[in-house]
Amino acid sequence: MIGLEHYLTVAATLFVIGIFGLFLNRKNVIILLMSIELMLLAVNINLVAFSSFLGDLVGQVFTLFVLTVAAAEAAIGLAILVCFFRNRGTIAVEDINVMKG
Amino acid sequence: MQADLSVVLPEIVLSLYVMAALLGAVYTVKDKLGPILIWSTSALMVVLAIWIGTSGAGTEEAFNGMIVNDAFSRFAKVAILLSAAAVMIMGQEYMSRRDMLRFEYPLLVALSAVGMMVMVSAGDLMALYMGLELQSLALYVVAALRRDSVKSTEAGLKYFVLGALSSGLLLYGASLVYGFAGTTKFSGIIQAAEHGHLTLGLLFGLVFLMSGMAFKVSAAPFHMWTPDVYEGAPTPVTAFFASAPKVAAMGLFARVMHDAFGLAIADWSQIVALLSVASMFLGAVAAIGQTDIKRLMAYSSIAHMGYALMGLAAGTQLGVEALLVYMSIYVAMNIGTFAFILMLERDGKPVTDINALNQYAKREPGRALGMLILLFSLAGVPPMLGFFGKFMVLQAAFDAGLAWLAILGVVASVIGAFYYLRIVYYMYFGEEVEGVETNRSPVLLAFFVVGAGLMVVGTLTTLGVEGAAEAAAATLVK
Repeated sequence: MIGLEHYLTVAATLFVIGIFGLFLNRKNVIILLMSIELMLLAVNINLVAFSSFLGDLVGQVFTLFVLTVAAAEAAIGLAILVCFFRNRGTIAVEDINVMKG
Repeated sequence: MQADLSVVLPEIVLSLYVMAALLGAVYTVKDKLGPILIWSTSALMVVLAIWIGTSGAGTEEAFNGMIVNDAFSRFAKVAILLSAAAVMIMGQEYMSRRDMLRFEYPLLVALSAVGMMVMVSAGDLMALYMGLELQSLALYVVAALRRDSVKSTEAGLKYFVLGALSSGLLLYGASLVYGFAGTTKFSGIIQAAEHGHLTLGLLFGLVFLMSGMAFKVSAAPFHMWTPDVYEGAPTPVTAFFASAPKVAAMGLFARVMHDAFGLAIADWSQIVALLSVASMFLGAVAAIGQTDIKRLMAYSSIAHMGYALMGLAAGTQLGVEALLVYMSIYVAMNIGTFAFILMLERDGKPVTDINALNQYAKREPGRALGMLILLFSLAGVPPMLGFFGKFMVLQAAFDAGLAWLAILGVVASVIGAFYYLRIVYYMYFGEEVEGVETNRSPVLLAFFVVGAGLMVVGTLTTLGVEGAAEAAAATLVK
């Protein structure tokens, strides 16, 4: 029998993978965007699992909002990335280093 | 339905204005409309601020409690709208002259202001998230406003990645809170605290929520984006980042803590106190080595957020009142200081190097004196307004039994005074290197004089916001 805790475990695992993807990745900004998406989708699994467990639809409505905002967020992220690429000619994470200190 | 819509009418008016202006500008002369749009957007914001400020007292709820319109949200909305309008007018000439005034800028600022207004009046986790994202998405674009500048796009990219991470953390916390409280409404979540303590699941959710919000107020240890974004973004945009979004995020923080977790203050007060100490000390110590005045202001704002959080950590009505007064004073100080930074230039190019201020007092004694007043106020030197803001939060923390926090706050402010006074030293006694010219724009001068003047005159009445802040705090703290 698959219960609530199984879903929560999967969601927590995906969320942590997303965070690690953000911090350990040294290669490419696109991978950062994928990691962010992974975190948001993990949250969606959480919300839907809770919604079904509680017998309450609000969680699924929340999920729809999150999906929409995630799409807008990815669009803005890619737009900024394109501008950055035009200026620097690279999207490697280690090259985002003009300002530090 | 009609009654629901009338509660959010100011937000609706502002969003409809933005959409109409966006379409209008796209189909006509585009960027040539920039200056006009700045003035009309600011005028609309001021009108809305007056409307909200003078609208009736009392608490109204809309959309089943999703949006709450009470004295607290009205106070925050007025502060947000007025500071956003002031910062836009201040930066108009600077941006037009350097050919970076796109017509989208005032509209994006207005859209983010709509998001901030939703944030401070949120009564539900969904309204909180939508408001926060509307604000953040507009701010990411504004940070990267100079598409042709490496620094500006890098600032936008960094802000985006870290901002999205913080939204993810906040959202994960929201999902846990929803699951363990069984509702997304703040009025329902507050019932879930049993005997003044949260269950383990709720506590987990609360910590994630708090780290997401700490990112937005740039409290240490979630501050890493602040210096880079402040330095990279164009100066008028930096001035905006340092004012309205900070008020909104702090308003949201106080709203969530008291409206949704107000019966379990003991559970979160220690966490907020730790955020506060970390921010005050990091802001004070890390700013010492900075040579760029925008970066220095970033660390200064981290430290100031630490003091504001001290008011929240107290968990009392006096604490929230002190927080609101502190944020109003902080915004006034920042607008004055950034008006000064916007004036500095050399051969028409903006200058942000602190060493360029050496011997500034010899060439511009009046302006140097104004900056001296603002810097003393930022540092919290007694006769200036900044001191009274710090005094209020310290007193609130002391009265709430957090004497250790108040003492650490005083220590941090002594350390922090060093780097503010260092700028004063450079202006009056520094060694002349390559000088700096001063922009003679009357608009900037007006904001600068008013900002510096408020630091002296405002001490008589604490900016006149104390009564409104008290009423706002009384509706929030139960």
